Amino acid sequence: MEKMSRVTTALGSNSISGRTMFCHLDAPANAISVCRDATQVVVAGRNIFKIYALEEEQFVEKLNLRVGRKPSLNFSCADVMWHQMEENLLATAATNGAVVTWNLGKPSRNKQDQLFTEHKRTVNKVCFHPTEAYMLLSGSQDGFMKCFDLRKKESVSTFSEDLRILSAPNSVKNTISCFTTHFCLVIFSRGWLATGGRDKMVKVWDMTTNRAKEIYCVQTIASVARVKWRPERKFHLATCSMMVDHNIYVWDIRRPFIPFATFEEHKDVTTGIVWRHQHDPHYLLSGSKDSTLYQHMFKDAMRPVDKANPEGLCFGLMGDLAFAVNESLVSSDAGRKPYAGGDRRYPFFSFKKPNPTEQFAHVSSALSVFETDLDSNRMDWFVKTAQRYLLSGKPFTELCDHNAKVARELKRPQVRRRNLDRQIKPTKHVFGQREENTRNNAIMQLSSINLSETSSSSLRVVTTPPSSSSSSCAVPEEQVYTLPPEAFQLRHEIVDNPSAPEHLQQDKADSPHVSGNEAEVTCLTPIESFSLISISQPLYSPHLHASFFCPIVREMLSYYAEQGDVQMAVSVLIVLGERIRKEIDDLTQEHWYMSYIDLLQRFELWNVSNEVIKLSTCSAITCLNQTSTTLHINCTNCKRPMSNKGWICDRCRQCASACAVCHHVVKGLFVWCQGCSHGGHLEHIMNWLRNNAHCPAGCGHMCEYT
Amino acid sequence: MLEEGVKVPRALASGPSCFIPAKEMLIEGPNQDILIESFLSLGRVDHLTTIMALHPSYLSCFLKTQHALFELDGPLPRDWRHYISVLAAARHHCSYMVQQHSAAFLEAGGEENWLGGLEHAPAKLRSLQTLNKLLAHRPWLITQQHIQELVCAGAEPRWSLAELIHAVILMANTHSLCSFAWGCGLNPEPDHVGGYTFHPPSPSHIPRSTHSPAHEDGRQELVDGAVEVEVLMKRMVELQEQEEECTQEEMVTRFERERSESIPTAVVRGAPPELVLCLVEEPEFRYEDFAPRGEQSPHIMRAQDYSWEDHGFSLVQRLLPDMGQFLDEEFQVVSNLTYHRMAMHEGVDTYTLRKALWNYIHCLYGIRYDDYDYGSVNVLLERSLKVFVKTVACHPEQTTARIYHAFWRHFRHSEKVHANLIVMEARLQAALLYTLRAITYYMR
Repeated sequence: MEKMSRVTTALGSNSISGRTMFCHLDAPANAISVCRDATQVVVAGRNIFKIYALEEEQFVEKLNLRVGRKPSLNFSCADVMWHQMEENLLATAATNGAVVTWNLGKPSRNKQDQLFTEHKRTVNKVCFHPTEAYMLLSGSQDGFMKCFDLRKKESVSTFSEDLRILSAPNSVKNTISCFTTHFCLVIFSRGWLATGGRDKMVKVWDMTTNRAKEIYCVQTIASVARVKWRPERKFHLATCSMMVDHNIYVWDIRRPFIPFATFEEHKDVTTGIVWRHQHDPHYLLSGSKDSTLYQHMFKDAMRPVDKANPEGLCFGLMGDLAFAVNESLVSSDAGRKPYAGGDRRYPFFSFKKPNPTEQFAHVSSALSVFETDLDSNRMDWFVKTAQRYLLSGKPFTELCDHNAKVARELKRPQVRRRNLDRQIKPTKHVFGQREENTRNNAIMQLSSINLSETSSSSLRVVTTPPSSSSSSCAVPEEQVYTLPPEAFQLRHEIVDNPSAPEHLQQDKADSPHVSGNEAEVTCLTPIESFSLISISQPLYSPHLHASFFCPIVREMLSYYAEQGDVQMAVSVLIVLGERIRKEIDDLTQEHWYMSYIDLLQRFELWNVSNEVIKLSTCSAITCLNQTSTTLHINCTNCKRPMSNKGWICDRCRQCASACAVCHHVVKGLFVWCQGCSHGGHLEHIMNWLRNNAHCPAGCGHMCEYT
Repeated sequence: MLEEGVKVPRALASGPSCFIPAKEMLIEGPNQDILIESFLSLGRVDHLTTIMALHPSYLSCFLKTQHALFELDGPLPRDWRHYISVLAAARHHCSYMVQQHSAAFLEAGGEENWLGGLEHAPAKLRSLQTLNKLLAHRPWLITQQHIQELVCAGAEPRWSLAELIHAVILMANTHSLCSFAWGCGLNPEPDHVGGYTFHPPSPSHIPRSTHSPAHEDGRQELVDGAVEVEVLMKRMVELQEQEEECTQEEMVTRFERERSESIPTAVVRGAPPELVLCLVEEPEFRYEDFAPRGEQSPHIMRAQDYSWEDHGFSLVQRLLPDMGQFLDEEFQVVSNLTYHRMAMHEGVDTYTLRKALWNYIHCLYGIRYDDYDYGSVNVLLERSLKVFVKTVACHPEQTTARIYHAFWRHFRHSEKVHANLIVMEARLQAALLYTLRAITYYMR
């Protein structure tokens, strides 16, 4: 490196200037390279081989090296390299396996200088020796690296491609880059070697010791095509990818999770990147398959770090809330009241020493955890209802009955009401005999029930009717008179109950108590309103179809879902089945299902969640059950994975999963002790442990069967 | 059972292949372990496996790929996977593959009437037909529009990219397996239509000829054949030593010559069985020579611009994790498979011959390697071999015993199966490369 800086012009008075700019090429580029004084760039590809001058405002085409009516395949370049000492010397790697050198000083139009055709396959990479002016290194898909001496017109040494080539550059002292067929691409710098490949990783190896040691690793999102160290920045490197991803990333290898900077200008894969001057970290040139050549200014780069969300918020399973935020923000918030009892601030556990070379703002965050009061009723209801609700397997009315009963037992009045409400519908069909206009009344009634159930503010009374206004235009006066009192009355009852009982999700932090008797009060209201319907209200005319209620039910379900009670929404959705399904758009349904299943799984209610998945009709949900359908079995004898489908382990040649009681192979339900890993037929083990305390295998373990 | 009036069927086939005598399989089929393993995992050793067991190292990675493709986690349900394969096999009239996958389809819980005709299958599966057709016969015509029609937001029914790539691999895999099945002359399994009979064997019954014509021909032929092998070996050595320079023009001409050389493959055969025909749309759509000079000229694909190693692998691995790895292993095993022997000679480097075969097939599909001299294809592949390769790769249903026996008369059957493996994998890769390129363009 020291030697290198002596021979290169240091970035002196004539410092580079420019701006982010680009130009169109005629054809996709495969590689680019700059000359030593950073004033010109060569672009090479299958159908292009040109030199552009880098001017202040634009690229200017200087020279087209691709000459001849029908250029030979020697012009079809996979890689190009400009000699860093000899201004007129270029080398290219051709797709037909030739390595070509070009001398710009030649007077003729064709600048081709020497041709080496020693490689059998496409050459992927060429590279000049940084200090020995006549040495050229090439690597090809035939698995060989060759070193050419330009004075001798033939290769002087050949390396066979292997992992050993990692050490080969050492013998050629400070070679900056070499390559292998497809796996890695290697860049050397200060005794560090960066490799990238189709395993989507950039690894940095320390080569100063005898054994190469991996010291940093950056995970990318696509296979890595090129890696270049950033000049003057020890920890920075730029990468671009071979497929799919078109961006150029600059990484700080110490912070491998988020790119330090990105350039997003290209519209197709970037094939060549090069820093414009080897002592200036601010200019990056890139060529791409989209036939453009860009000069990127580092100051114009996107900084993903700036967009990262500096705050984190997460709900625990039991309603705890963790909140991490920049400490400065927290302390400045003087008006913040510490929460009585529940608020416990956890100290930030680790603190990294700031490193002045890192260009990252140091942020120390405060992590606050708000715990919900243990006494207030918790998420138990969720678990219990989830387990006890019946979603299928019985006639519709029985299901409703059952679920209503469950809800009542668990003191979840709203839910119960809902289920009752569901019962109303069929009965209404049966009894309805009155004149048509009364139905409006019933609707009003129903919507007011809706309101009482949802415990929302009285404003809703005003807003709900219009939803069913299509039929309310002909409401007779008297009916109107009868309605308001009821609605009013109900509303009052709600106002009397100051806290909403079931807003667990949102209000946990501020309303720790939900008194039992309040819940009972609310429990009463629905019965009243229900009786209002069934006794005093005119019932439905027979021609009123069930679908008439769909808008109301839909609204109700949405409300529940919004309140965080997806359990309700999903259960109703499943039980009502076809009656309601088409009313709600698929995305919403899917969203509800997903949230409910997610909740169920967090509570480890696997059976329930599977039932829900099975009963759902959304294709996106049912296919959840189609992934991870493999069961992996380990042999009980040798504890190794069983690779084949039989009952015999192919390693120890014994029957795997034999029953410890009857010594036969268990095909079906297998139960085993998690302490000693012995087990067998479910029935056998149950019988055995009824009379014995010890393991049937005789291992002496005191097995427990629960 | 006979007494109770139940007819007992009798297996007809006397071995896995009607080209290869059963006793040769026994002599040459060494490795038992791999057969035990495949018996344990599949519950039977079918003819396909028996023949592939001639090359155990390939068989083991082949079985792994098949297992991953049909059994392991993936975006498509299991019955669909087999149904897609049924559709793919039907394109090549390969009743062997059709019946194998039909059985697996029913076993996976598929609906029986789907097998009665395409119109019973869901619209989403039917929408694959164009792709299936192109993939089977002219993969170079696949463009990003085809992908877009299936994947874009407005498409109804819509495929996700992962599902699509799974389906594409299934189809391409089955198409190339059909080539293998036809190329090796697989006999129907005993439970297949045509694989059994209820007639008792008649005393005058002469089993189908299991002798290759090479054995029946006179001594003169034998001597000629031995000379052919010698000549071929000499040429291979020469090619490796020779450092011939030739112009760009000359290289293109050589490629074009190989590509456009007329190899008669169209042999008229009986109509395919009804069982197969009802699953094919546009049965008249067949392979046609890749013709870059034609009216709507498709471009030659340059292997350097879209290669399996750099591009295809990454894309598959991205959309269908692990599948890329399995396929990559398969390609690598096939390209490195060698026993260092040719016919009666040991210790031969067969690299150039294998390379020539591989590149010739890619050439038939319009894929060109800048770094390959297509002159050597002409030197190394005799005409009868070209006829066989082109038939198996492009019109597999027209393979006949005569074509099979006509090439490499002094080579072992296992070596001919080796050639079949190369054809199969090269074909698979070519079809995948075109489709994956189209998907890449779509994603751009």
